[in-house]
Amino acid sequence: MNEMNEVRKPPVATTGIIGWLRINLFFNWTNSLITLFVIYCLYQFIPWILDWTIFSADFKYNYLGEQITNQEMCSRNLDPENGGACWAVIYVRFYQFIYGFYPRVEVWRVNLAYVMLAFALLPLLYAKLPYRKYFLYFTYIFPVIAYFLLNGGLGFTEVSTNKWGGLLVTLVLGCTGIALAFPIGIMLALGRRSKLPVISMMCTLFIEFIRGVPLITLLFFGMVMLPLFLPEGIDMDGLVRVLVAVTLFQSAYMAEVIRGGLQAIPPGQYEAAKSLGMSYWRMNLLIILPQAIRISIPPIVNTSIGLFKDTTLVIIVGILDLLGIGRGTLADTNWLGLSYEIYFFVSLVFFIFTFGMSRYSLYLEKKLKTGINMGAD
Amino acid sequence: MSEKSIISLKNVNKWFGDFHVLQDVNLEVKKKERIVVCGPSGSGKSTMIRCINRLEEHQEGSIIVDGIELTGNLKNIDNVRKEVGMVFQQFNLFPHLSVKENITLAPIWVKKMPKAEAEELAMRQLEIVKIPEQANKYPGQLSGGQQQRVAIARSLAMNPNIMLFDEPTSALDPEMIKEVLDVMVDLANGGMTMIVVTHEMGFAKTVADRMVFMDEGKIVEEASPDKFFNNPESDRTKLFLSQILHQ
Repeated sequence: MNEMNEVRKPPVATTGIIGWLRINLFFNWTNSLITLFVIYCLYQFIPWILDWTIFSADFKYNYLGEQITNQEMCSRNLDPENGGACWAVIYVRFYQFIYGFYPRVEVWRVNLAYVMLAFALLPLLYAKLPYRKYFLYFTYIFPVIAYFLLNGGLGFTEVSTNKWGGLLVTLVLGCTGIALAFPIGIMLALGRRSKLPVISMMCTLFIEFIRGVPLITLLFFGMVMLPLFLPEGIDMDGLVRVLVAVTLFQSAYMAEVIRGGLQAIPPGQYEAAKSLGMSYWRMNLLIILPQAIRISIPPIVNTSIGLFKDTTLVIIVGILDLLGIGRGTLADTNWLGLSYEIYFFVSLVFFIFTFGMSRYSLYLEKKLKTGINMGAD
Repeated sequence: MSEKSIISLKNVNKWFGDFHVLQDVNLEVKKKERIVVCGPSGSGKSTMIRCINRLEEHQEGSIIVDGIELTGNLKNIDNVRKEVGMVFQQFNLFPHLSVKENITLAPIWVKKMPKAEAEELAMRQLEIVKIPEQANKYPGQLSGGQQQRVAIARSLAMNPNIMLFDEPTSALDPEMIKEVLDVMVDLANGGMTMIVVTHEMGFAKTVADRMVFMDEGKIVEEASPDKFFNNPESDRTKLFLSQILHQ
């Protein structure tokens, strides 16, 4: 045993950058060939895209130094040989993309709401935030503040929702839909697994009905049919009707995702909780749901990202979200033919939000896994 | 007899589908009595003790625990469960909570104990099961024997009058069985009323006041350990003992 003191290390060729390259990129000759081909493609593509989006692009002025006010002044329309993207359209229409037709004098309210949203999300995203408890109180009242701030009332001038648009609508729909659908989805998932036949049947019916219908149908349903069910004289705001439809849609999906997590919890967990004298709600809130939700993080984020992108469908009921404003801009004779720029910009904004969500879910999974061994593994 | 009994099962019957898993089971357990239940697998031993805290529902007969009859009344069931602790074969610790949180959870939420007091209680229970140094670890970081001892501590923290053990050492490596049994012997010496389903015959001989042998859903034999091991009445018991003791 004494001679074994020297620690044996793995062969050098399998570790470090060289080892990684050798194993992953140049393992055998087909592998090497594919690697070289991909490198060649990237070499062709990256300079071209950089040139188009940045180096040859117009941002505010064209190559003659004039400020661009319509598509004819874009460098690439003045001289097709010269010039890339014409971002001036985004610059000129930036206000509409972010706020829609919100009155300019009141726009500070939207900006304030954006900043407050960031503060409201902070304690949810970082469990280690100092004074998290007080931040959380703010998170709970934030929806109320945001409602009055954006919509008006309590001394603020009213800004009717048909003036809202762009990123504002996208965020309102996305955030409210995800935030409301989560608790409703949990209740539906628990309800569907309930031993009481009436509750379980009602939840199953609701979930299956909503899931069996496309979101567009639900949006039309909200727009056209919901008012028929309301008592006479009560007029529901258009955006609220859409929000109801989006939330119902999302909660049905959320319910199924969480039900999947619930099914993964071993029966022993229920038995242990019951044998300690816990009631149904305590057992679920303290033992079952924390584990089930942890397991379901990837699909929860998946459906949330899906919803965030599906909010673009509201365009068909006449609400202009980010994509809607983009399409509206394209229809403007001043900016005809700039579809590359506009769709690129809209995609980029959506990508930033959805990529952020997906990275956050990875971080969350990693954080929650440390030191915790779930079930069998 | 039933006056002094803390647990009383009378003509208990239960079916899983068509399978008659408990057939006219009668059992009286007195306060501070230690009962060891054994028998071949599928004989209904686990089902019987799971009926005592209503993890399984019996269909005929009556079960009275500490003066409370187990019926569909949810309040009664909760009250019985507060009196009765249970330790499972698979430990069933809550993997998302630390060892300390596993133990304090029920005292805090079910008994409304202040957090500081519950934590103090948890540390005391961990000393009883001899692993106070593991308080801040998660169940997944512990060995099987340590996990089972945490499970015992978790049950004891609710200060139960009765402890049920459902094959507590069957999922453990041989090396770890002793550390769990030691804790159980201490508990028995401390005067806890215990019903233990186990195949650990050494443990049975040391602590049992009474042996219960079950087969095919019936209690075949009930006797003192001395009589049970040295002079059993039924042939079925003899066969079982000859097989289990020859291992």
